[in-house]
Amino acid sequence: MPFEYAPAPESRSIVDIRPNYGLFINGQFVDAKDGELFKTVNPATEEVLAEVVAAGQSDVDSAVAAARSAYDNVWRDLPGRERAKYLYRIARLVQERARELAVLESIDNGKPIRESRDVDLPLVAAHFFYYAGWADKLPYAGLGPDPKPIGVAGQVIPWNFPLLMLAWKIAPALAAGNTVVLKPAETTPLTALAFAEICQQADLPPGVVNIVTGAGDTGRMLVEHPGVDKVAFTGSTEVGRAIARSLAGTRKRLTLELGGKAANIVFDDAPVDQAVEGIVNGIFFNQGHVCCAGSRLLLQESVAEEVLESLKRRMARLRVGDPLDKNTDIGAINSAAQLAKIRELSDIGSAEGAERWSPPCQLPDRGFWFAPTIFTGVSQAHRIAREEIFGPVLSVLTFRTPAEAVEKANNTPYGLSAGIWTDKGSRILAIADKLRAGVVWANTFNKFDPTSPFGGYKESGYGREGGRHGLEAYLV
Amino acid sequence: MTATATRPAGAAGGDLSAVTRSEAALRTFLHGLPGVDQVGAEARAAMLGTRSIKTTAKAWALDLAIRMIDLTTLEGADTPGKVTALCAKALRPDPADPSCPRVAALCVYPSMVPVAAPLLAGTGVHLASVATAFPSGQAPLPVKLEDTRAAVAAGADEVDMVINRGAFLSGRYLEVFDEIVAVKEACGPAHLKVILETGELATYDNVRRASWLAMLAGGDFIKTSTGKVHPAATPPVTLVMLEAVRDFRAATGRQVGVKPAGGIRTAKDAIKYLVLVNETVGEDWLSPDWFRFGASTLLNDLLMQRTKLATGRYSGPDYFTLD
Repeated sequence: MPFEYAPAPESRSIVDIRPNYGLFINGQFVDAKDGELFKTVNPATEEVLAEVVAAGQSDVDSAVAAARSAYDNVWRDLPGRERAKYLYRIARLVQERARELAVLESIDNGKPIRESRDVDLPLVAAHFFYYAGWADKLPYAGLGPDPKPIGVAGQVIPWNFPLLMLAWKIAPALAAGNTVVLKPAETTPLTALAFAEICQQADLPPGVVNIVTGAGDTGRMLVEHPGVDKVAFTGSTEVGRAIARSLAGTRKRLTLELGGKAANIVFDDAPVDQAVEGIVNGIFFNQGHVCCAGSRLLLQESVAEEVLESLKRRMARLRVGDPLDKNTDIGAINSAAQLAKIRELSDIGSAEGAERWSPPCQLPDRGFWFAPTIFTGVSQAHRIAREEIFGPVLSVLTFRTPAEAVEKANNTPYGLSAGIWTDKGSRILAIADKLRAGVVWANTFNKFDPTSPFGGYKESGYGREGGRHGLEAYLV
Repeated sequence: MTATATRPAGAAGGDLSAVTRSEAALRTFLHGLPGVDQVGAEARAAMLGTRSIKTTAKAWALDLAIRMIDLTTLEGADTPGKVTALCAKALRPDPADPSCPRVAALCVYPSMVPVAAPLLAGTGVHLASVATAFPSGQAPLPVKLEDTRAAVAAGADEVDMVINRGAFLSGRYLEVFDEIVAVKEACGPAHLKVILETGELATYDNVRRASWLAMLAGGDFIKTSTGKVHPAATPPVTLVMLEAVRDFRAATGRQVGVKPAGGIRTAKDAIKYLVLVNETVGEDWLSPDWFRFGASTLLNDLLMQRTKLATGRYSGPDYFTLD
């Protein structure tokens, strides 16, 4: 008899979403001066959650001015141990409000509550705790005896891990003594606005953190603003290129964390059951909306059939549906636009002759959904092996020798991450050495830790976030 | 993962008899099984432990868990009186609720089988006896076989044997294999559960190899532990064993059961194991014929949770019988 799990929804009542939000400038929520309103929706239901302002030029001007004033008058000269107190306080508030923030993240983003609860929120708090610890130890970071903050940081973050990307950006910037203006993604502004409340709760001096909502235009105004000293961007390679162009020749410093098309390499001596878990976690974690997703599976030919069979059996167990159900493995695609892009590239995969497979699964009628999908018979020439799909779509390729695996893994314009599955420790070290990727996971995938630097090679960007290396981007 | 079994030399097409023909062939086969990554296996078991089983699903799972229990007493202090009381408990776990299902089996020492056999005959509750110099297994083979025959002759229809861990750990796989084969023969019609004592095998690679060894030798069930060694059953060990029975069936067509035993005390834990079964091997194993819990105190917590679910109220432990 089948074991049917009854619905186990996390309660929505814990979050209080206001009908509309202003901008968070100089410690206050203020109305926009010249911004238009836009709506943010729950991607699982298409229900409108709130109206948010698209900040215009004069709003961005105010936010940057507030950050400048806070930098000059308060934050820059505050002793590190005092800055640390605020960061510790923020970290503890995040932990206290973790359940509420997790629900809010799942509602606005579409990711399953299990992930926002067990991955996103613990990592957010961990990042603030970690960089709080650095704030009074900057002379020991290996960046010279007396490193200085840069000034005002303009930060633009993506929609895939809204609050976690905020933490990656804000925690090191503040620890190093910078002030920030942050723009959350257009489709996922709500947790950043909840974070603004946390800044108020923590009594963070006004202007140290400013949050301006909006779409690409607001982001452009922010990064091109003459009052900004440092730009940090996480998002698509296309936008990253445009930012790099617009900043060329200015004094501004830039770090970019862009797309990826990571190879997940499974050798014939791999622990098969755990490798299959790693493949699933690599591509279906967060609906595949992960820049470092293991979207290209490279299987050694001698075990390809065996691994694929296990993978398909495992995929048939994935639970797709309501993001707030505690038993959901795969939630909703973040937006209609992203869904359209995933569909388009998947159709191209089929048209180019790759074999498409999805487990039978019932998708909800409303909202944006895409069944977990694998393509077999993919070659390096196929677009689905080269372009970032940013969805739950895996391209499966095969190789015969370790050298061929390395060659194929590196044969991409990207270089953010890679995975190696083998029981042989020496092979892990040898292959990792040859892979041109910023992060190489061995017998695991998509593991994050605030102490570990993260960033890319080639078109995946430059600069590192996390760890001691992450401070480098915010100190001179 | 049919290829798991076809990868080592000599094993193909559902017939694995070639791999047990010699010590060398058996060793090659067992060491050719894919390794188990400890971190990954433990992470998977922990993730499945976060499944939230509520309302109707919980009610269904609690009843199933009760039906899967091998109600166990394995103490030096066991007496006919104690075993008689436990038989009554096995037949009517909750005297206040006739809808409460019976447990799967009673599990006792061979000397207590003659006491329990007449009480359980014809009830559908199986009578399991540990044998083969349980729990250490440190006795000469003829003694172990006589132990087994005596238990079956006295009325046990299930035998829980222990493997020779000393031989296994020193790499004498064929000796372990031959012993299981001999015990299986001594069992006659009785079902054979092979206790691996995973707490003494120490690594998941060993657990996987011992699982295959027991299945190749004809075991009807593979069981984690005697309950006398710590750690006893854990979710990751059970996960590795479930993967083994899944792969064994894919390779040979024969289905083998799994029995975690020892240390499972709460309904919450039991439900986690059922989730593990469901998402690793599926519904084919979600039956007392293919999955059992070896436990003594677990039953009362299941009964308490069952009553709570039905009435909406927790009643005290004094409302459930202690036997």
